[in-house]
Amino acid sequence: MNYDVAVIGAGVIGSLIARELSRYNLKIALVEKCNDMAMGTSKANSAIVHAGFDAKPGSMKAKFNVEGTALMPELCKTLGVPFKPVGSLVVAFSDEEVETLKSLLERGNENGVPCLEIYGKEKLKEAEPYISDEAKAALWAPTAGIVCPYELTIAAAENAVVNGTDFIRNFEVKKIDFNGGIFTVSNGEKEITAKYVINAAGVFCDETAALIGDTSIHTTPRKGEYMLCDKSVGHLANHTIFQCPSKMGKGILVTPTVDGNLLLGPSAIDIDDKEDVTTQADTLSDVLEAAKKSVPCLTTREVITSFAGLRAHCDKNDFIIEPSKVNAQFINVAGIESPGLSSAPAIAVYVKDMLLEALDADEKSDFNPVREEPVRFRHMTNEERKALIDKNPAYGRIICRCETITEGEILDAINAPAGARDVDGVKRRTRAGMGRCQGGFCGSKVVELLARELGVEINEITKFGGNSKILYERTK
Amino acid sequence: MQKNIICVACPMGCGVTVDIADNGEILSVTGNTCKRGDTYARAECTHPVRSLATTVKINGGIYNVVPCKSAGSLPKEKIAECMKVINSVQIDAPVKLGDVLVENILDTGINIVATNHCPAK
Amino acid sequence: MLNYDIVVIGGGPAGMAAALKARECGVESILILERAETLGGILEQCIHTGFGLHYFGEELSGPEYADRFIRLVDEQKIEYKTDTMALEITENNVVYAVNKKDGLLEIQAKAIILAMGCRERPRGALNIAGSRASGVMSAGTAQKYVNIDGYMPGKKVVILGSGDIGLIMARRMTLEGAEVKCVCELMPYSSGLTRNIVQCLDDFNIPLHLSCTVVGIHGKDRVEGVTIAKVDENRKPIPGTEEYIECDTLLLSVGLIPENELTRAVGINLDPVTSGAIVDEYRETSRKGVFACGNVLHVHDLVDYVTLESQTAGEGAARYVLGKTDTAEYITTKGVNGVRYIVPQKVNIKNDGDVKLYFRVGQVYKNAKTVVKYNGEEIISKKRPRLAPGEMENVIIKNDMLKNFAEGGTIEISVEV
Repeated sequence: MNYDVAVIGAGVIGSLIARELSRYNLKIALVEKCNDMAMGTSKANSAIVHAGFDAKPGSMKAKFNVEGTALMPELCKTLGVPFKPVGSLVVAFSDEEVETLKSLLERGNENGVPCLEIYGKEKLKEAEPYISDEAKAALWAPTAGIVCPYELTIAAAENAVVNGTDFIRNFEVKKIDFNGGIFTVSNGEKEITAKYVINAAGVFCDETAALIGDTSIHTTPRKGEYMLCDKSVGHLANHTIFQCPSKMGKGILVTPTVDGNLLLGPSAIDIDDKEDVTTQADTLSDVLEAAKKSVPCLTTREVITSFAGLRAHCDKNDFIIEPSKVNAQFINVAGIESPGLSSAPAIAVYVKDMLLEALDADEKSDFNPVREEPVRFRHMTNEERKALIDKNPAYGRIICRCETITEGEILDAINAPAGARDVDGVKRRTRAGMGRCQGGFCGSKVVELLARELGVEINEITKFGGNSKILYERTK
Repeated sequence: MQKNIICVACPMGCGVTVDIADNGEILSVTGNTCKRGDTYARAECTHPVRSLATTVKINGGIYNVVPCKSAGSLPKEKIAECMKVINSVQIDAPVKLGDVLVENILDTGINIVATNHCPAK
Repeated sequence: MLNYDIVVIGGGPAGMAAALKARECGVESILILERAETLGGILEQCIHTGFGLHYFGEELSGPEYADRFIRLVDEQKIEYKTDTMALEITENNVVYAVNKKDGLLEIQAKAIILAMGCRERPRGALNIAGSRASGVMSAGTAQKYVNIDGYMPGKKVVILGSGDIGLIMARRMTLEGAEVKCVCELMPYSSGLTRNIVQCLDDFNIPLHLSCTVVGIHGKDRVEGVTIAKVDENRKPIPGTEEYIECDTLLLSVGLIPENELTRAVGINLDPVTSGAIVDEYRETSRKGVFACGNVLHVHDLVDYVTLESQTAGEGAARYVLGKTDTAEYITTKGVNGVRYIVPQKVNIKNDGDVKLYFRVGQVYKNAKTVVKYNGEEIISKKRPRLAPGEMENVIIKNDMLKNFAEGGTIEISVEV
């Protein structure tokens, strides 16, 4: 297939860029090496929309963070993605850290972050009743929020597909040739061509750039491990609670999630393997200990799962969003670590503008920016449920008991534009299997539904594509 | 020869030692704390038996397999061979609980019977 | 709005026994709600034998045990709805449930019997480090795949947890041709029945590693191996004892948790030890007219006891519906010194029958005795050659004894070595 633009990487950045570009009369391919979108950094991060006081004034990070955070609430509304403007607190535990808060406030003002305020001990305790008694003060940032990062990615990709983008899964870019002003992008078996390539390959952005001979990007995968707690302790944090930042990142946070769970993390360890998302027992216990510094009553008892994500830490310590020096038709969107999620909406617009200058395309008359929020049975009133099941009985069968997810919702997830193809894909779209039993009961039913809808045997269904099959052959 | 076995006649789980002569005669049973232990240990050393529960392949049923069991105890050493026989059998749905699926398996005098229903698709 | 005298939530062994008993006691209008496609609950996938030894005096498989009750439910023409999930119980005993056929059901009940069973503890609760590869599942999930769907979930298997489900699955997977490398147990003893250790592990030369756990899971897409390690007396892994075991599957059999979401949501008081409701001798919860029985109340090791307990709850619900309840003067029960919990947690001393107290100990004891005290005074003492956490114990408090107690008193059960 021949495209105007090939976006490599269906993370939150690539998916939002594809969506922005799909407003125009362009042929766009969103190319992903995995079986689904949001399979890298976008699925395992802190899910925070940062206010924007961390980054150095004048940096790309500062610019896109503040702009992106401003765009986020409206974007989430349009895409039917949960966003909660909970605000954030950076907590100081010593006089020295109180000074840090003051400099963060100043930096925030310089970056254009609105409504920052320093809370004294009393006001902090009022905002967060479970905060440690050792906490002395906090920087309050009301514009910060929480979002579901993989739902945002999925929604953006779906909307891009509805508006004409081709989503190409399981296409690992191994070779890029440039001839006569056109790129040929190959996975070793198949190829596509494109006039422009956008490198949004996350932790693989350096290797992807190197495919055209651009070796200017130096990133290190930085692993962050998290613990997710049951909803029964969701009330222990009302806002995102940070500790004072260090050289390695923003420290361990304690935050509510949009689904009402509590998230602790991340650690920050530089590693070599770009696919190593294993968790380590001692790292996780360090995470918990550090989180207890903020909220002392946390225990392991309520932890329902733990996970690790990688971010592409760049040696320049800033985002790289520019045409490659090697080939101006190849645009690097690289080194997108925190605050990458917050910045994503603004980065997408910026990259779109950059391309439009070169490509000169018309705006589509029939672009539909809206992606309707999927049916969420658990959030409905009984009246709404009644009407829903009357229309489609599939919503009357509960598949996931813990999260109250219906067969109808799972079918919607599978049959959506660029829908789920594996168990984890269903889980990210519907929350089936994300509850207390972690898929113990519903896992096999989800496998059955996937097999039925995709027209394959149940032992062909995978957890997340590749060789992650769940079942072997028939017993007999 | 000495054989150490754990008695399962009751939840106590006594460790029982059985002394067996070369001709197979049981010389002594020690370590048991009751008569049932003695009986169990002797049986376990001379002709150990087990019940077997598995599944049988079904054609045209709402399930791929139906559960089954041996309607009595089987010689322990024949369990693996019994599995081979059971795995080679295919039954057409419908199957009713209690249906004999394999008669007199390996001439043991024991039937393999369905332990659940499997209606036709 | 539908109206029933008794709505039973859950059509497994507990729900069916409770409904049948309530019918026997004279309640006509009963409805069972079952979330699965058929009645029978978890027994449907427990195809091994060993069920019913106490209740029927026979060795039945799970589906056979269930079938006896399903037939009785049919004979007694007790109404039931399968594929139906109860979503909510209100304070006025209205049950909201859904299924494909009826849509959203609104059912007014005079009494409700909670019989939702339990679920398996997931990996997250253990925080096993390592990858998120495919091939890690609970033993019960694997049991369903093998016994009902007829598919193999793995070829080379390590099992963590030596509870009965883990042991049973070790044998089951072996019989179906898998290689079970070992069973690891965190505790210094197995919580499974001796019989299962002998017949499920020893028979097949499957090693049982006590005081041992899985500390790492390896493999990117599918599990390729696990690291196991010995643990010290505080159950912490001992550095240097790690051992890598190649496998494609890790089955978890690490405990069961009563499924009390509905119970909790309606504000019924729960016992932190059992994770089930606090009940009286008829298994009535802190909410009048709401009863609980079976594994949703506390995890049982034998279904026979579930049946007996559920009959008690069914009788209690029937008495409540028929207006035959006694005046209530309660004493409380308390497990101390080695006894983890007692069910029921409170007893009405105006009750006109004997009361059986079920309890569980926290560790293995040999040649100990269990002592029952009322307000500190020993009333019953019994020698027990062996006590184990995996085996539920019971003691009967005779009615004439009960009559001597006074409201507000306490019965304590303890282990003395």
